[in-house]
Amino acid sequence: MLKFLKRSAQGARVPHEKSTAEMATVPMPIPKNVVIPMSMHIGAPAEPVVKKGDQVYVGTLIGKAGGFVSANIHSSVSGTVVGVAPMRMVHGVVCQAVAIECDGKQTVDPACQPPVVKDRDSLLAAVQACGLVGVGGAGFPTHVKLGADVDTLLINAAECEPYLTTDAREMLECSDTVLAGIRAVMKYCKIPHCIIGIERNKPACIDLMCSLTRELKGVSVKPLPMRYPQGAEKTLVETCTGREVPQVGPSGKPGLPADVGCIVMNVTSVSTLGKYLKTGIPLVSKRITVDGDAIARPQNIEVPVGALYRDVIEACGGIKPDVELGKIIFGGPMMGGAAPSADYPVLKQNNGLLLFSRKAAALPEAAPCIRCGRCIAACPMGLEPVVIVENYNQKDTEALKKLCVDLCVSCGSCTYVCPAKRPVSQSVTLAKGWYLSELRKGGK
Amino acid sequence: MDQTLLVTASPHIRDTSTTRGLMGNVLIALVPCVVASGLIFGYGALVTVAVTTLACVAFEYLYTLLMKKPNPVGDLSACVTGVILALNVPAGMPLWICVVGAFVAIVVVKQLFGGIGYNFANPALVGRIVLFLSFTARMTAYVYPDMAVDALATATPLKLMADGGAEAAASMSMLDVFLGIHGGMLGETCILAILLGLAYLVFTRTISLTIPASIAVTMFVCSFLASGSWQEALLQVMSGGLLFGAVFMATDYVTSPFTTRGKLFYGIFIGLITFAIRYFGSMSEGMSFAILLGNLMTPWFNAWGRQTALGYKKPKKQKAAKAAKGGEG
Repeated sequence: MLKFLKRSAQGARVPHEKSTAEMATVPMPIPKNVVIPMSMHIGAPAEPVVKKGDQVYVGTLIGKAGGFVSANIHSSVSGTVVGVAPMRMVHGVVCQAVAIECDGKQTVDPACQPPVVKDRDSLLAAVQACGLVGVGGAGFPTHVKLGADVDTLLINAAECEPYLTTDAREMLECSDTVLAGIRAVMKYCKIPHCIIGIERNKPACIDLMCSLTRELKGVSVKPLPMRYPQGAEKTLVETCTGREVPQVGPSGKPGLPADVGCIVMNVTSVSTLGKYLKTGIPLVSKRITVDGDAIARPQNIEVPVGALYRDVIEACGGIKPDVELGKIIFGGPMMGGAAPSADYPVLKQNNGLLLFSRKAAALPEAAPCIRCGRCIAACPMGLEPVVIVENYNQKDTEALKKLCVDLCVSCGSCTYVCPAKRPVSQSVTLAKGWYLSELRKGGK
Repeated sequence: MDQTLLVTASPHIRDTSTTRGLMGNVLIALVPCVVASGLIFGYGALVTVAVTTLACVAFEYLYTLLMKKPNPVGDLSACVTGVILALNVPAGMPLWICVVGAFVAIVVVKQLFGGIGYNFANPALVGRIVLFLSFTARMTAYVYPDMAVDALATATPLKLMADGGAEAAASMSMLDVFLGIHGGMLGETCILAILLGLAYLVFTRTISLTIPASIAVTMFVCSFLASGSWQEALLQVMSGGLLFGAVFMATDYVTSPFTTRGKLFYGIFIGLITFAIRYFGSMSEGMSFAILLGNLMTPWFNAWGRQTALGYKKPKKQKAAKAAKGGEG
């Protein structure tokens, strides 16, 4: 009750729709060609190091990290480079992209050898070399994250987005590499505790992880409530450890989990790290959930990074013949983006491809706000979306500052629960962008 | 795969709640009260409800037609206002007065301020207050219930208590008060029906329990402290418009605070004002004015009841003062 007085933060009760949870991952037939953009992470884009005509193999470095906050990019197929040209990515940014024609043999680059890891520095070097980013959706370079000194490693296996089941499959199919990754990070980064947070709608994963971690010192499994967005970084830190990530960190920048002694890693990221330490093959393929009411065969499919949506859809049996495709969503339905066409590549951090029919994609019309306060009750960050939107319409920076608009994580809960069907989350995201740009202009 | 695709900002799904659905829930929750008023006060009560509701919907439709605004009748909010207003007049009220109340509620309080979402006070509540002040004699002429066998039902329990104090309170049958077999406004006498409605509203998550509970608890505690008798305190909570107002009028979305903290303050405030009016004022009834005051205070409750964002720390006062000084210099 007292906590409710502070902030209700109920989140949204989104439907689960995890019909693909029981489906084992199938590998995708190698497509004819792939397009690998040089910016699949937060930070500086990578620099292409191949040119037209070069022969590449699975795991060949094709893009070198363009700075510390950046990530290497490797070829996901074997074949010939047919072009290095700028392309417009699905979210509108233009960056260099390497197009590769596949030979279908999937020969692994002989240079791919398991790294020798002895201490923290060599682990970070290995992580940097393999181009690992947070594959849960944000795409934050992992080696930057692991540089912090913390006491708790949080493994994010909440997978709170509807439809997506890739993390659940990762735990069920690759539990050994998940644990290997956790052990490596705990050992070399000297992190004494590890909590694996799994939402309660995945009982099989909770059971498996509990039985596997019984012998592991310092590792525990935390079943999480079924509330979206349980897997949001700050929400996860609070639920698992009770600590609140500060709004402003000690450095004056936005607070990070590291400020309260936590590192949050997605379960698939940590498993990819485990795989890399074992085999030396960097992050070149990604399991994605293909689902939605327009796809013929919903499934979990392992695709080479850079495969076009078109080929992935083809591999899943195409669009149902009697359905008109209305929307292609990369990622989950709450935070994923909508693609204007099927000619975009799957990125490292994508974990879903949803195909909605025109009927499912149609959105209801917005009605006047009835000030019911449901957006406020739902906001996981304890913000007041309706008040933020009012002040944004008046362009009031002072008020937006008091309302902590910079904490919005754009999870979409407020829009989801709005009975008047208003685009609340979208407006708050605009307000946040406007506020931050005013802040940069004003210099305080 | 090559047809034109929809591109929108996330999220791409919405839940099934609608304004019409929420208002429909309130209407369903009002059904027990309407039925109870029909049983206690006879068919006339149902006619009053029907006419007032129709008048509200008609005024809403005609006003928006005249102003060339989109027709909002489908969201059912005018129906809710109509039923609540009808349950706020005594039995035997001339129907033309009800229509006047509907006009005040819908046109003056709601539409002139911009329609749903923009009214500063609950339309039905202001309708009731205007009728109360304009037609005081009619509005306080409580016709006896048809079913009444008890001679005590000559006046409302509140009036009795105001005149006779604790003795009168002790002499009243708790069961009669609970079932609503005494004089009063149409909808507010039957506590059982109101509680049924409350249970439905809370169960369907249409409203949270915070506002009704904080009003009732505040009223109970205050009158217990003032009278020293738990029976009188309980009667105070169960009589007059207190529970009906707490459940159906104070919880109106537009005019009540957003956050749990704000709702709690708001409920306590309404409870205290009601208590003050009933014990120290000249009126035996005080709920509607208390809610009106609460409605007007809602922007303040929203500001005071703001929830704390995750990770927000209050800036230290000294530092802020120093920074301000530095800014001036």
